[in-house]
Amino acid sequence: MTMLGPHAGFIFASYGIVVAVIAGLVLWVTLDGRGRRRELADLEARGIRRRSESGGASR
Amino acid sequence: MRLIDYANPTRFLGLVGVSLKWIAAATAIAFAVGLWLVFMVAPADYQQGETVKIMYIHVPCAWLSMFCYVTMAGSALGTLVWRHPLADVSAKCAAPIGAAFTFLALVTGSLWGKPMWGTWWVWDARLTSVLVLFIMYLGLIALTETIEDPIRAARAGAVLTLVGVVNIPIIKFSVDWWNTLHQPSSVFRMGGSTVDASMLVPLLVMAGAFTGLFVTLHLAAMRNEILRRRIRAMRLVEASRAE
Repeated sequence: MTMLGPHAGFIFASYGIVVAVIAGLVLWVTLDGRGRRRELADLEARGIRRRSESGGASR
Repeated sequence: MRLIDYANPTRFLGLVGVSLKWIAAATAIAFAVGLWLVFMVAPADYQQGETVKIMYIHVPCAWLSMFCYVTMAGSALGTLVWRHPLADVSAKCAAPIGAAFTFLALVTGSLWGKPMWGTWWVWDARLTSVLVLFIMYLGLIALTETIEDPIRAARAGAVLTLVGVVNIPIIKFSVDWWNTLHQPSSVFRMGGSTVDASMLVPLLVMAGAFTGLFVTLHLAAMRNEILRRRIRAMRLVEASRAE
């Protein structure tokens, strides 16, 4: 604490909040991506394709 | 390859798949170097002492809060003028990231202001205009999430984004136009930076690291949003089959 002077608490709080928010953003993007890939794989496994992939007609 | 070629979401996904890990790795290295410079090399300020270390995260967050909005404004033009299929994906995905950086700029600014100014907050032009920017981000997120049809949501969001872009020069020049407690520009200004190189270099490295983080998160979020729209299209096919 003393190494960073009398306002060390403000410095730690600033860096701590930045780390927490960035970790939250990274977690959000990672978990969202994982969830969407799983959902897409599930739909493809059931033979569902987008209209553009199935020649414009729904099967 | 022309820019328009990347309008194909499948091609864009391929490009993101190849480049994302390299951008993420470069960002991690930039953060490691930046934090080493901040805590091991950069000197204490002659007036502020070690409290100046808050600058190395506050200033990049403040820059990115505006950079992110300018990115959204460019995307809004892409949506309304060129109807680029990835433009509204870009705008939608940049909004929560921009909101997070604006929130961090406000909070770290407050934590820096209390020991240096003796107050957490003042209603001066710079602080108030950044608070308005934060509220605009929240409004844009709420607007695009409320409208179910992605095309209508994108157009409404694009119009509001372009209306709100007027706030960016107000934020930038507020410290010159009005008498504010916030200090004037000291890095990007006419006549060059007033910050000593021993502090400017760590600040620019940290700014590069934060920008790399924004690009990484933005590309990853865009990839997720494209997959979400594919899933939506497939669910519609599934529903039409069931009828």
